[in-house]
Amino acid sequence: MPVLEGQSDVARQFALGDLEAFETLFRQYQSEVYRWTVRIVRDPGAAEDLTIETFWRIYRAHARFDPGRSFGAWARRIATNAALDYLKTRRVEVELPADFPATASPDPQIRRELQEQIRAAFHKLPAKLQITATLALVEELPYKEISDALGISVGAVKLRVFRALRQLRKNLKHLGVEP
Amino acid sequence: MKNKQDENFRKSLQQAMPPLQRELQRDLWPQMLRRLEQRAPSVPWFDWALAVLLVLGLLLSPNAIPVLLYHL
Repeated sequence: MPVLEGQSDVARQFALGDLEAFETLFRQYQSEVYRWTVRIVRDPGAAEDLTIETFWRIYRAHARFDPGRSFGAWARRIATNAALDYLKTRRVEVELPADFPATASPDPQIRRELQEQIRAAFHKLPAKLQITATLALVEELPYKEISDALGISVGAVKLRVFRALRQLRKNLKHLGVEP
Repeated sequence: MKNKQDENFRKSLQQAMPPLQRELQRDLWPQMLRRLEQRAPSVPWFDWALAVLLVLGLLLSPNAIPVLLYHL
Protein backbone atom coordinates (compact mmCIF):
# COMPACT_ATOMS: atom_id res chain seq x y z
CA MET A 1 0.00 0.00 0.00
CA PRO A 2 1.33 3.47 -0.81
CA VAL A 3 2.52 5.74 1.96
CA LEU A 4 1.67 9.29 1.06
CA GLU A 5 2.72 12.61 2.52
CA GLY A 6 0.26 14.14 4.91
CA GLN A 7 -1.44 10.80 5.20
CA SER A 8 -1.39 10.84 8.98
CA ASP A 9 -3.28 14.16 9.04
CA VAL A 10 -5.85 12.79 6.63
CA ALA A 11 -6.11 9.62 8.70
CA ARG A 12 -6.65 11.65 11.86
CA GLN A 13 -9.35 13.71 10.20
CA PHE A 14 -10.98 10.57 8.87
CA ALA A 15 -11.02 9.02 12.34
CA LEU A 16 -12.96 12.08 13.48
CA GLY A 17 -15.55 11.44 10.77
CA ASP A 18 -14.48 14.05 8.23
CA LEU A 19 -16.06 13.27 4.83
CA GLU A 20 -13.37 15.08 2.81
CA ALA A 21 -10.67 13.02 4.50
CA PHE A 22 -12.68 9.91 3.72
CA GLU A 23 -12.87 10.94 0.06
CA THR A 24 -9.11 11.51 -0.02
CA LEU A 25 -8.48 8.06 1.44
CA PHE A 26 -11.05 6.52 -0.90
CA ARG A 27 -9.33 7.99 -3.95
CA GLN A 28 -5.92 6.89 -2.70
CA TYR A 29 -6.90 3.34 -1.86
CA GLN A 30 -9.81 2.34 -4.11
CA SER A 31 -7.50 0.74 -6.68
CA GLU A 32 -5.57 -1.16 -4.02
CA VAL A 33 -8.76 -2.44 -2.45
CA TYR A 34 -10.17 -3.40 -5.85
CA ARG A 35 -6.99 -5.24 -6.88
CA TRP A 36 -6.98 -7.16 -3.62
CA THR A 37 -10.67 -8.03 -3.83
CA VAL A 38 -10.63 -9.14 -7.45
CA ARG A 39 -7.82 -11.56 -6.66
CA ILE A 40 -10.09 -13.22 -4.13
CA VAL A 41 -13.49 -13.20 -5.83
CA ARG A 42 -12.19 -13.52 -9.45
CA ASP A 43 -15.04 -11.37 -10.77
CA PRO A 44 -14.42 -7.70 -11.73
CA GLY A 45 -18.08 -6.66 -11.34
CA ALA A 46 -18.38 -8.23 -7.91
CA ALA A 47 -15.00 -6.76 -6.95
CA GLU A 48 -16.24 -3.24 -7.78
CA ASP A 49 -19.34 -3.75 -5.64
CA LEU A 50 -17.22 -5.17 -2.85
CA THR A 51 -14.85 -2.21 -3.04
CA ILE A 52 -17.84 0.06 -2.37
CA GLU A 53 -19.03 -2.26 0.40
CA THR A 54 -15.54 -2.26 1.94
CA PHE A 55 -15.39 1.54 2.02
CA TRP A 56 -18.92 1.71 3.37
CA ARG A 57 -17.79 -0.52 6.27
CA ILE A 58 -14.68 1.62 6.64
CA TYR A 59 -16.76 4.79 6.78
CA ARG A 60 -19.07 3.37 9.44
CA ALA A 61 -16.10 2.18 11.50
CA HIS A 62 -14.15 5.47 11.30
CA ALA A 63 -14.24 5.95 15.07
CA ARG A 64 -12.52 2.61 15.60
CA PHE A 65 -9.63 3.46 13.24
CA ASP A 66 -6.32 4.17 14.95
CA PRO A 67 -4.60 6.93 12.87
CA GLY A 68 -1.24 5.71 14.13
CA ARG A 69 -1.64 2.47 12.21
CA SER A 70 -1.64 1.70 8.50
CA PHE A 71 -4.90 2.61 6.78
CA GLY A 72 -4.01 0.29 3.90
CA ALA A 73 -3.59 -2.77 6.10
CA TRP A 74 -6.85 -1.97 7.91
CA ALA A 75 -8.67 -1.53 4.59
CA ARG A 76 -7.25 -4.82 3.30
CA ARG A 77 -8.50 -6.66 6.36
CA ILE A 78 -11.98 -5.20 5.96
CA ALA A 79 -11.94 -5.98 2.22
CA THR A 80 -11.01 -9.58 3.01
CA ASN A 81 -13.96 -9.89 5.39
CA ALA A 82 -16.31 -8.36 2.82
CA ALA A 83 -15.04 -10.81 0.18
CA LEU A 84 -15.47 -13.68 2.62
CA ASP A 85 -19.09 -12.67 3.25
CA TYR A 86 -19.63 -12.51 -0.50
CA LEU A 87 -18.16 -15.99 -1.07
CA LYS A 88 -20.36 -17.41 1.69
CA THR A 89 -23.52 -16.23 -0.06
CA ARG A 90 -22.50 -16.69 -3.70
CA ARG A 91 -24.39 -19.51 -5.35
CA VAL A 92 -22.41 -22.12 -7.25
CA GLU A 93 -24.01 -22.13 -10.68
CA VAL A 94 -21.93 -24.79 -12.38
CA GLU A 95 -23.08 -28.32 -11.71
CA LEU A 96 -20.67 -31.21 -11.69
CA PRO A 97 -21.70 -33.97 -14.12
CA ALA A 98 -21.00 -37.55 -13.10
CA ASP A 99 -19.72 -38.71 -16.51
CA PHE A 100 -16.64 -36.56 -16.83
CA PRO A 101 -13.41 -37.99 -18.41
CA ALA A 102 -10.96 -39.20 -15.80
CA THR A 103 -7.77 -37.61 -17.06
CA ALA A 104 -6.57 -34.45 -18.73
CA SER A 105 -6.82 -34.61 -22.50
CA PRO A 106 -4.92 -32.84 -25.28
CA ASP A 107 -8.30 -32.02 -26.84
CA PRO A 108 -8.89 -28.30 -26.11
CA GLN A 109 -12.62 -28.82 -25.66
CA ILE A 110 -12.15 -31.56 -23.08
CA ARG A 111 -9.39 -29.55 -21.41
CA ARG A 112 -11.73 -26.57 -21.13
CA GLU A 113 -14.39 -28.78 -19.61
CA LEU A 114 -11.88 -30.21 -17.17
CA GLN A 115 -10.90 -26.70 -16.11
CA GLU A 116 -14.55 -25.85 -15.66
CA GLN A 117 -14.97 -28.86 -13.38
CA ILE A 118 -11.95 -27.87 -11.32
CA ARG A 119 -13.35 -24.36 -11.02
CA ALA A 120 -16.76 -25.64 -10.00
CA ALA A 121 -15.26 -28.02 -7.44
CA PHE A 122 -13.16 -25.16 -6.12
CA HIS A 123 -16.22 -22.94 -5.70
CA LYS A 124 -17.85 -25.68 -3.68
CA LEU A 125 -15.19 -25.38 -1.00
CA PRO A 126 -16.23 -23.58 2.19
CA ALA A 127 -15.58 -19.83 1.83
CA LYS A 128 -12.75 -19.77 4.37
CA LEU A 129 -10.86 -22.55 2.60
CA GLN A 130 -11.61 -21.04 -0.79
CA ILE A 131 -10.25 -17.62 0.11
CA THR A 132 -7.09 -19.08 1.66
CA ALA A 133 -6.49 -21.46 -1.24
CA THR A 134 -7.03 -18.70 -3.79
CA LEU A 135 -4.47 -16.45 -2.16
CA ALA A 136 -1.96 -19.23 -1.44
CA LEU A 137 -2.25 -21.56 -4.44
CA VAL A 138 -3.56 -19.41 -7.27
CA GLU A 139 -2.09 -16.02 -6.37
CA GLU A 140 0.95 -17.57 -4.64
CA LEU A 141 1.09 -14.91 -1.96
CA PRO A 142 3.38 -15.43 1.04
CA TYR A 143 1.64 -17.12 3.98
CA LYS A 144 2.51 -14.17 6.21
CA GLU A 145 0.65 -11.74 3.95
CA ILE A 146 -2.36 -14.06 3.89
CA SER A 147 -2.31 -14.47 7.66
CA ASP A 148 -2.27 -10.67 8.12
CA ALA A 149 -5.20 -10.20 5.76
CA LEU A 150 -7.25 -12.98 7.33
CA GLY A 151 -6.28 -12.17 10.91
CA ILE A 152 -5.11 -15.73 11.62
CA SER A 153 -1.71 -17.31 12.30
CA VAL A 154 0.62 -18.58 9.59
CA GLY A 155 0.07 -22.08 10.97
CA ALA A 156 -3.68 -21.70 10.53
CA VAL A 157 -3.14 -20.57 6.93
CA LYS A 158 -1.05 -23.69 6.22
CA LEU A 159 -3.70 -25.87 7.79
CA ARG A 160 -6.44 -24.28 5.69
CA VAL A 161 -4.41 -24.75 2.51
CA PHE A 162 -3.86 -28.40 3.42
CA ARG A 163 -7.57 -28.90 4.12
CA ALA A 164 -8.56 -27.10 0.92
CA LEU A 165 -6.28 -29.31 -1.19
CA ARG A 166 -7.52 -32.45 0.51
CA GLN A 167 -11.17 -31.52 0.05
CA LEU A 168 -10.68 -30.42 -3.54
CA ARG A 169 -8.94 -33.68 -4.40
CA LYS A 170 -11.73 -35.59 -2.71
CA ASN A 171 -14.41 -33.69 -4.63
CA LEU A 172 -12.66 -34.27 -7.95
CA LYS A 173 -11.83 -37.90 -7.22
CA HIS A 174 -15.47 -38.50 -6.42
CA LEU A 175 -16.19 -37.42 -10.00
CA GLY A 176 -13.38 -39.53 -11.40
CA VAL A 177 -11.39 -36.42 -12.32
CA GLU A 178 -7.65 -36.49 -11.67
CA PRO A 179 -6.03 -33.25 -12.80
CA MET B 1 6.54 -37.23 -4.89
CA LYS B 2 3.83 -35.66 -2.79
CA ASN B 3 5.30 -32.19 -3.43
CA LYS B 4 5.37 -32.83 -7.17
CA GLN B 5 1.72 -33.88 -7.06
CA ASP B 6 0.86 -30.74 -5.11
CA GLU B 7 2.76 -28.62 -7.62
CA ASN B 8 0.94 -30.23 -10.57
CA PHE B 9 -2.35 -29.78 -8.80
CA ARG B 10 -1.59 -26.12 -8.12
CA LYS B 11 -0.74 -25.58 -11.81
CA SER B 12 -4.02 -27.20 -12.86
CA LEU B 13 -5.85 -24.95 -10.45
CA GLN B 14 -4.12 -21.83 -11.78
CA GLN B 15 -4.95 -22.82 -15.36
CA ALA B 16 -8.57 -23.40 -14.40
CA MET B 17 -8.98 -19.88 -13.03
CA PRO B 18 -10.03 -17.33 -15.65
CA PRO B 19 -7.71 -14.43 -16.49
CA LEU B 20 -8.56 -11.31 -14.55
CA GLN B 21 -8.94 -7.61 -15.21
CA ARG B 22 -6.78 -6.62 -12.25
CA GLU B 23 -6.87 -2.86 -12.68
CA LEU B 24 -9.82 -0.73 -11.72
CA GLN B 25 -11.26 0.76 -14.91
CA ARG B 26 -13.18 3.70 -13.44
CA ASP B 27 -13.43 5.97 -10.45
CA LEU B 28 -15.87 4.48 -7.93
CA TRP B 29 -16.28 7.66 -5.87
CA PRO B 30 -19.62 8.69 -7.52
CA GLN B 31 -21.04 5.26 -6.61
CA MET B 32 -19.65 5.59 -3.11
CA LEU B 33 -21.31 8.98 -2.70
CA ARG B 34 -24.65 7.54 -3.78
CA ARG B 35 -24.24 4.76 -1.23
CA LEU B 36 -23.44 7.29 1.49
CA GLU B 37 -26.47 9.39 0.59
CA GLN B 38 -28.81 6.39 0.47
CA ARG B 39 -27.70 5.03 3.77
CA ALA B 40 -26.93 8.14 5.74
CA PRO B 41 -27.11 7.25 9.41
CA SER B 42 -30.54 8.20 10.73
CA VAL B 43 -31.90 8.47 14.26
CA PRO B 44 -34.15 5.47 14.99
CA TRP B 45 -37.83 6.26 15.62
CA PHE B 46 -37.70 5.00 19.20
CA ASP B 47 -34.94 7.49 20.02
CA TRP B 48 -37.23 10.28 18.83
CA ALA B 49 -40.10 8.77 20.87
CA LEU B 50 -37.91 8.67 23.99
CA ALA B 51 -36.87 12.29 23.47
CA VAL B 52 -40.50 13.38 23.09
CA LEU B 53 -41.50 11.45 26.23
CA LEU B 54 -38.67 13.03 28.18
CA VAL B 55 -39.61 16.57 27.12
CA LEU B 56 -43.30 15.91 27.90
CA GLY B 57 -42.39 14.48 31.29
CA LEU B 58 -40.29 17.49 32.16
CA LEU B 59 -43.02 19.88 31.04
CA LEU B 60 -45.64 18.07 33.11
CA SER B 61 -43.49 17.81 36.22
CA PRO B 62 -40.80 20.53 36.29
CA ASN B 63 -39.82 19.41 39.79
CA ALA B 64 -38.11 16.45 38.17
CA ILE B 65 -35.63 18.73 36.37
CA PRO B 66 -33.22 19.17 39.36
CA VAL B 67 -33.38 15.43 40.04
CA LEU B 68 -32.55 14.70 36.40
CA LEU B 69 -29.70 17.22 36.41
CA TYR B 70 -28.35 15.70 39.61
CA HIS B 71 -28.23 12.25 38.00
CA LEU B 72 -26.56 13.59 34.85
